[in-house]
Amino acid sequence: MTQTSPRAGTGAASQDDITAEIEAIEADAAARVAAGGSPERQPRRDYAPYRSSVLRHPTHELVRVDPEEVERVSPAFGHTDVNSLESDLTIQHSGEPIGERITVGGRVLDGEGRPVRHQLIELWQANAGGRYVHKRDQHPAPLDPNFTGVGRAITGENGEYSFTTIKPGPYPWKNHVNAWRPAHIHFSLFGTAFTQRLITQMYFPGDPLFALDPIYQSIASADARARLVGQYDHSLSVPEFSLGYTWDIVLTGPKSTWMESEEAHD
Amino acid sequence: MTDLAAVAVAVQTTTPQRHALQTPSQTIGPFYGYALPFEGGPDLVPGYHSRAIRFHGTVTDGAGEPILDALLEIWQADESGVLSRELGSIDRDGFTFTGFGRCATTIAGNYTFTTLKPGAAGTAAPYILVTVFARGVTHHLFTRAYFAEDSALHATDAVLSSLPVDRRNTLICVSEGIVGGAESYRFDIRVQGENETVFLNFDD
Repeated sequence: MTQTSPRAGTGAASQDDITAEIEAIEADAAARVAAGGSPERQPRRDYAPYRSSVLRHPTHELVRVDPEEVERVSPAFGHTDVNSLESDLTIQHSGEPIGERITVGGRVLDGEGRPVRHQLIELWQANAGGRYVHKRDQHPAPLDPNFTGVGRAITGENGEYSFTTIKPGPYPWKNHVNAWRPAHIHFSLFGTAFTQRLITQMYFPGDPLFALDPIYQSIASADARARLVGQYDHSLSVPEFSLGYTWDIVLTGPKSTWMESEEAHD
Repeated sequence: MTDLAAVAVAVQTTTPQRHALQTPSQTIGPFYGYALPFEGGPDLVPGYHSRAIRFHGTVTDGAGEPILDALLEIWQADESGVLSRELGSIDRDGFTFTGFGRCATTIAGNYTFTTLKPGAAGTAAPYILVTVFARGVTHHLFTRAYFAEDSALHATDAVLSSLPVDRRNTLICVSEGIVGGAESYRFDIRVQGENETVFLNFDD
């Protein structure tokens, strides 16, 4: 097999360099936990193995502030915004997309485990060959004329959601030489407070690229990053049609609503 | 309530484990452009609205280079200081002010929203909540854009009053006067480096 030379703009580091940096940071985070610190459950903002973060993280500490009303409420969405057909990414064109058809479902919950009802959930992803319908994606994998890779839904009464789509392919990127992203689906979520806003990525179990990927590894706690991995769920598989994956998404707080409901229980 | 139940409630509400299962953030990446922007997203009101303002700026990185693949979201009260609770925040019917907007930066790192100046609710200083997503930003950044005209209310604002002047100024829009028929406010966002914008953490 012929190997093409790295394209212009690719970082000079090797995978071994990046892996060594990832491991050094993980060891540092583990030492902090051993010394009594909290596990790092969110990605580091300054995470050098992910080269794009180097000039794109604030150097000042974030200013801690109590949310005002603006932050304690959230835009409201509903079926006037989103058609129920938008949750099926396989019916947006005249033909069937290529790839492994999957059903991805789960619940959106707040920090107290309560369902986030009737809120907007958006997703986007590469096609089965690892190519996005985006003009700046130059990966020479084929576009699929029957797959755009964009879906939206409104969560149900119990915070539930379900999308029908195609399993995305892994794809190369320019962070370093021979860098590959594990297969993933991007998710965008709103809670009942704007402070709960979340954009994240869902991965697939057992991906051999996890250990090599500086975006997945930017979360130093192994337990926390494992929460980004959906699980195969045979009960979600649809006979003769699709394989099922389940993935619950847990947002932060919100503190204000949490106190309110406590009073309601008294 | 029995003692046992009271203990159970206390354990439930004080344990740090309530954060334990939180789903971590991941970068928006570079390829959201065909997915998240929506028709009319940057225009909370039509440009011909008699009190429309232009809310715009440039997003730059630690080298002062424009960030050409950022996505900004704004969320704000209306002119009377009220936040919309109506469904349909991404609908644009030309009449309803939803208070929510979304705008991708241009190749020059610029963004422009057409909106209304938020009004004060009580004695709190009004502001536009701005959320920054971008490739390389592993966890979105929250900031607030205040208005110089409201300076009387700024002295009692919890954020502004806690900051040194040079840092505080990064949160106040530059008033540009009437430009192209609308009041124009410039709010540049410097993610890193000189005059780095103040970013906020609302976590308890």
